[in-house]
Amino acid sequence: MQKGINNLIEKFGASDLEERRPGLSFITVENTKAVAAITHLKDIDGYTVLSLITAVDWIEDGIMQLTYLLNNPAEIAEIGLRVMLERKKEAGESMETIHHLWPNAKKWQQELKEMFGINFPGSPNINDDFILEGWDAAPPNRRDFDTKKFAEETFFPRPGRETHDPAEHMKKNMYPKNPADYTNKKYNPNR
Amino acid sequence: MEEDKKDKFLAPENEIRQVTAPDGSIIEVNPLEDYFSQDRPKPYKVRKGPVEDFLNWARAESLWVLGFGTGCGSIEIPPLVTPRFDMYRFGIQMRATPRQSNVFVISGYLSVKTLKRAIRAYEQMPSPKYVVGLGSCTINGGMYYDSYNTINRLDHYLPVDAYIAGCMPRPEALLAGFEGLKKLIKAGKGHKANEYVENLDWYKANQKKIIKDWNMPDYNW
Repeated sequence: MQKGINNLIEKFGASDLEERRPGLSFITVENTKAVAAITHLKDIDGYTVLSLITAVDWIEDGIMQLTYLLNNPAEIAEIGLRVMLERKKEAGESMETIHHLWPNAKKWQQELKEMFGINFPGSPNINDDFILEGWDAAPPNRRDFDTKKFAEETFFPRPGRETHDPAEHMKKNMYPKNPADYTNKKYNPNR
Repeated sequence: MEEDKKDKFLAPENEIRQVTAPDGSIIEVNPLEDYFSQDRPKPYKVRKGPVEDFLNWARAESLWVLGFGTGCGSIEIPPLVTPRFDMYRFGIQMRATPRQSNVFVISGYLSVKTLKRAIRAYEQMPSPKYVVGLGSCTINGGMYYDSYNTINRLDHYLPVDAYIAGCMPRPEALLAGFEGLKKLIKAGKGHKANEYVENLDWYKANQKKIIKDWNMPDYNW
């Protein structure tokens, strides 16, 4: 078991440990204890690099998952710290900021605010535009945002576009309608 | 409502401010009105007969391409400069600024953010100017047709002279496209820049429909 995992389980009540390979583990902590756990990992266990913060929208379970990927350069080890937030119907989940630990976290958090609608109160420039300029619809990476509908309403789709799913196309045009015809030489010359 | 929106997106350097003039008087400066021309563009004169034929020949034989790659298609342009494809033999060359170029190759998908810059660059180019849409993304959105952030039809925002289909088109296809553009210009059909000026309101309405933070002059001279 890699360094720091025991501490997470004993001191911060972390659960659902998943060891992908030596040096890469994922573990879940409660959102109230997450920042304390991250601080502990950074200051004591040597996970000094914040690789990324990302989010997953589990719309069926009503969960918005945040993943903090922390790197320990000395041990060549990484921990993915999962935080499960309660998903709200409209955007506006809230999580504590960690920009005081790594200044670059503010950019990740700015992006998460823009693309997923997760708020990090106190993070610098959290409400500024990051990638999208002048965006006024719902955050586009939430799974209840219908990108196709949005694109059709916004971007003047050119008529006449059609797609052919290869499986459907083959079923319709190449296979016999009647299963008994599979024995027919026309469809199966080897028989 | 309109004022609120304008204030929200206005860059700090473009805000109305008080400035002390050299003679001590205080004057108000509105950068968007004072630093940029508010005039509407006018169509350039299209001549007739041999003079126009000669001008069209000259225009067609000196296509200067703006070096502005918008999408993945821009990777197909550098090979044209190499000896293998060598576009200089057709009188085509790359320029660094819109002021020196007359062909704008929209190379691939165009996000809303890039479209704003593309419009700005296009309007700064001197007429007569031509737009070449490269790849299927500019025609109908290509593989990004359902993306929240990329446009579907380029010809609703900029006047397109020629499309080069493909995903991605090879450099040979680009050369063929430029040859096609030359034929169009020599046949006197390369006056899309005038079309843009004449239908400016329609183009501007389409552009402003998707560019919500319009914080530049209506026409970028």
